[in-house]
Amino acid sequence: MFPGILALVPALPFLAFVVIGLVTRPWRWLSAGVAIAAISVAFLLSLGALSFLLTAGAETPRVVELTWLTTSTLNAHIGLRLDALSGIMLVVVTTVALMVQIYSLGYMSEEPSLSRYYAYLSLFCASMLGLVLATNFLQLYVCWELVGVCSYLLIGFWYDRHAPAFAAKKAFVTTRFGDLGFLIGLIMICTAAGSFDFVEIQAKVAAGTWTAGWLGTVAVLLFCGAAGKSAQVPLHVWLPDAMEGPTPVSALIHAATMVAAGVYMVARLFFLFSASPDAMQVVAVIGGVTAIFAALIALVQDDIKRVLAYSTISQLGYMMLALGVGGMAAGMFHLFTHAFFKALLFLGAGSVIHATHTNNMWEMGGLRKKMPWTFWTFVAGSLALAGVAPFAGFFSKDAILHLVMGKNLFLFALAVLGSLCTAFYMTRVICVTFLGEARAASGHAHESPWVMRVPLVILAVLSVVAGFWHAGFERLVQGGEAEAEGLNLGFAAVTQMVPLAGILAGVMLYVLKSPDPDALAVRFAPLYTLLKRRFYVDELYDWIIDRIVLRCSAGLAWFDRHVVDGAVNGVAWLTQQTGTQLRYVQTGRVQHYALAVFGGAAILLAIAHVAGAF
Amino acid sequence: MAAVSFTVIGLVLAALAGFFGYQAATATPFWLTDVMVLPLAGGLIIMALQDKYARMTKWIAAAFSLPAMLMCIGLALAFRIDGAGGYQFAEHASWTPALGISYSLAVDGIGTAMFLLTGVIIFAGCLASWSVEHRVREFYALLLLLTSGVFGVFAARDLFLFFLFYEVAVLPMYLLIGIWGTGPKEYSAMKLTLYLLLGSAFMLVGFLALYFASGVTPLTFDMDTMLKTAYSPGFQKLFFPFLFLGFGILAGFWPLHTWSPDGHASAPTAVSMLHAGVLMKLGAFGIIRVAVELLPIGAHAWLPYFAVFTIVNITYGALVAMSQTDLKYVIAYSSVSHMGIVVLGICTLTDAGLNGAVFQMFSHGIMTGLFFALVGFTYGRTHTRIIADFGGLGKRMPVLATFFTIGGLASLGLPGLSGFVAEFMVFLGAWRFNPVLAVIAAAGIVFTAAYVLRVLQRCFWGPLNPHFADITDANRVEILCLTILAACLILFGMYPRPLVSLINSGVVGVLARVGGGG
Amino acid sequence: MMDVRSFAVIATVVFGIGVYGALARRHAIAVIIAIELMLNAAVLNFVSFSRLAAPGSAVSGQVFAVFIITVAAAEAIVALALVLALHRALKTARLDRFNMLKW
Repeated sequence: MFPGILALVPALPFLAFVVIGLVTRPWRWLSAGVAIAAISVAFLLSLGALSFLLTAGAETPRVVELTWLTTSTLNAHIGLRLDALSGIMLVVVTTVALMVQIYSLGYMSEEPSLSRYYAYLSLFCASMLGLVLATNFLQLYVCWELVGVCSYLLIGFWYDRHAPAFAAKKAFVTTRFGDLGFLIGLIMICTAAGSFDFVEIQAKVAAGTWTAGWLGTVAVLLFCGAAGKSAQVPLHVWLPDAMEGPTPVSALIHAATMVAAGVYMVARLFFLFSASPDAMQVVAVIGGVTAIFAALIALVQDDIKRVLAYSTISQLGYMMLALGVGGMAAGMFHLFTHAFFKALLFLGAGSVIHATHTNNMWEMGGLRKKMPWTFWTFVAGSLALAGVAPFAGFFSKDAILHLVMGKNLFLFALAVLGSLCTAFYMTRVICVTFLGEARAASGHAHESPWVMRVPLVILAVLSVVAGFWHAGFERLVQGGEAEAEGLNLGFAAVTQMVPLAGILAGVMLYVLKSPDPDALAVRFAPLYTLLKRRFYVDELYDWIIDRIVLRCSAGLAWFDRHVVDGAVNGVAWLTQQTGTQLRYVQTGRVQHYALAVFGGAAILLAIAHVAGAF
Repeated sequence: MAAVSFTVIGLVLAALAGFFGYQAATATPFWLTDVMVLPLAGGLIIMALQDKYARMTKWIAAAFSLPAMLMCIGLALAFRIDGAGGYQFAEHASWTPALGISYSLAVDGIGTAMFLLTGVIIFAGCLASWSVEHRVREFYALLLLLTSGVFGVFAARDLFLFFLFYEVAVLPMYLLIGIWGTGPKEYSAMKLTLYLLLGSAFMLVGFLALYFASGVTPLTFDMDTMLKTAYSPGFQKLFFPFLFLGFGILAGFWPLHTWSPDGHASAPTAVSMLHAGVLMKLGAFGIIRVAVELLPIGAHAWLPYFAVFTIVNITYGALVAMSQTDLKYVIAYSSVSHMGIVVLGICTLTDAGLNGAVFQMFSHGIMTGLFFALVGFTYGRTHTRIIADFGGLGKRMPVLATFFTIGGLASLGLPGLSGFVAEFMVFLGAWRFNPVLAVIAAAGIVFTAAYVLRVLQRCFWGPLNPHFADITDANRVEILCLTILAACLILFGMYPRPLVSLINSGVVGVLARVGGGG
Repeated sequence: MMDVRSFAVIATVVFGIGVYGALARRHAIAVIIAIELMLNAAVLNFVSFSRLAAPGSAVSGQVFAVFIITVAAAEAIVALALVLALHRALKTARLDRFNMLKW
């Protein structure tokens, strides 16, 4: 009966959404309280679920289901599936969500539509938890889209400004484009299997029902959805723009949980992906390319949130890379640690933005003294992100690098280079934002209130210690079958050089100014512009949309109005013209009519005669 | 005045209660006839009102359409899904036996779902017309008359009766658009009516062919008899297109759809709601009930070709909607696109496809009703429908913006709202039928997302156009109307099982006759 | 007894003259006269064929003839009245001038 009570985990936030929407809307602090209470209970239940798994074992998934719709040939369920993956994700999601919701009390304190904010957040949590607990493809897809729409609503939370309104649309449509692949892959596999259920389909895959080639097609299609949601190249364009949303939302949705759903999906469907080496190769390459691609762009961004956004894309690339080379546990572990330190970094950035009212790093500077809590927690998060031992990111990233090295040296080179960039751009952020002298916006900056500091500290602690669960995590996820791979100290010592080199380079450029970064930008102007313009991907898409889709649309609209409808109006015109011409037969002279009558009679007689009537 | 209104409405309701009570007590329930006659009776009473009581019109209309809606809900609840399903609530009376015409009504799961849809839409439509001032009595009377026709079509088990009700449902549109419309209303009304009459002509040819070829003596229009008749394959292949296209015109089948954008754009709010919400479904219903079910061999022969056209419907409708400047045209073209999904579902002749098609009929009916109501309410405040003129309305009209968002999300097939369930089932069916078509159709949903969100962004989001600084949000009647519609979308989106089971009980019968694959 | 064919030929000739008059003459009165000729041709046929079909007994053809003569008289009155009225209004009785109902 244990999984039954787990229904409360997604149900409570959903109830909070309903209650806020229908009842407590006018009282914004009450709404916030409702949402936080709901997520707190969900958090405790999730902890309970995880500890249950740790004690009772997670080898076989525990499933409860309810029929969602049924026809003669279709049978779709909604349900709860508790196993290692979902147990871990539950804890990640509820922890970050709880932290973010508490933090928002401070960050959004002057927002009049706080009720709406917390309603959307609660709906997001419910959908995300439903996604995590999904027992079948259909539920996964349903929740997948629901988190997407929550992301849409939250990015566009300040809908009365142009940029968020546009960014929200872009995010939704881009991910929707990826979801098209998901939908088709889902229809393919479920039609072939006659079921939506993970367990049944897994059994069929294991039994070798389908060829690897076919499974590869399905897997790649499904991966389109994952790539859209996890902002993998080439569908990454929406995530940086999504930073128009409130910063806590970026922390929750666009750093820790929703964007990781793609990774979670690939891990959840690992039985499918791992059945096709080609699909795995696609995942690995896309992941590796994304990791370096986004890291390079992050080097030159001026907006603190955008640096973090590109960093998120890059880290998601690492996770995909890990999954692609077969390291499901490694990828998931990076997801696990990344959730904490990236949420921390976003919340830290939020704290800075709250204090300075700008996103531009170059207007900040010298905040270390004014915001010590934010500074130190941010540094902890950055070190974790850069992968410096013994912070959390070190363990997870090291495991990935080690795996990749054994599989594909080219991707390994990309990953190492990405790691170098990561350390560099985070050093850059810290130097520009917190060190040096105060610039325009830093003047009146002050430390954030305690409701914002507490989540920072908690997440900072998690960012430091989460890595030590490395071995236990792998055992849990691998189901005890594979011996957890220990930390390879020699390898780690070598890879440690990479982030340290990155940090050193960052310090030289942005603290010691030798060489001067501006001079470098001038010297390598083409490269700098290429990065600054984000490899022109957005421009390419805008061009495609403007020149191809919209022109097609306008062309078809013209076609519809003038050709299709023109034909209709043409028929009407023809009828009218015929009438206009034929009316001249009506001469008004009675003898013409009489002639017609007699003539007609004569012709009829003639016909009858010829036909032999008489 | 109000006191008089309430007295009259109370009397009407009491009389209705007595009438139904009598029927129930004497165990002679004619539920279908009752539901059908209710709006008609309301319309007649409204026409009989003296001028000085004209202001009570809308209350009387509501007093008759509310019980109609409740009875439809009751009908859906009373419909027994378990066991055979099949046709229930049957009524039969001889009418013109010499010509084989009878008054026979019955509904299966599909018909019941459509009754439910019609009941909801007519009540919401009455509420949405609360602000009509010009010739109120005639407006409501025609609206209610039309509704009776719609109910009749969904229940008719006799082709003659079917045709009769069909025309009753279609013809009042001419007056409703021509008199109460906006823009080039005479042109639109004329175009719509002539186009639909063209469809009727095709249908009539098909009906008469079915009648004369049924081979029983005396000849009969009875559909149950026709169901048992094995029409020759040549006959079926010859006459299937007549029936399909005749109904297809009303279902917005490409390229015979252009009456719909003009008609819907010119029509007054409630008429757009009823037309796009319910009348277009008559077309799809007719395709299932008459064309496919009575001519299964013809269906198998022709539907693969027609399916290609439905794909054009879906993608082309969405693309054209994307570059419309008038809000109503956007929604009209989105209807063309969504009705393409319905007809595609029918064309697949699979269990999932047909279920999805009927579910989409329901879902799209509600959704488009919601949309047209919203556009009407917005137009009533801004006096413009040009998208570029709006901007930031969400700031001043949060309630309308919220409902618009719900409708928009349902329209782009967001899971959790009913549109998804329908589209998903249709795509499943389409995949079994022809994967290429399924992929193209599914691609249409990306375009749908693009244009729906574009409209949302341009109209309700962004900085408020200072022109509309003093605009007001929805009033209580409007909120009631919108809530009913949105609740249906959410309810059946979150938990589609009851509705799907209801529809499936009808689809099973269709498939048993057509012999489609699983 | 005369051959019915002679009557048929006479009736045809009279009818033909009537048709010619009705179509070709311009004056309204002349056209009315021509129409009377056609009616009379019909009457002649009725009577002669009645005689051929049932010699001696049946009178149905004759009954038709009487009806036609009666109706023709009534019709002539109406027609003449119309012509008079038109002549008063238009100062002419030529049919080609009466084209007010053209398209």
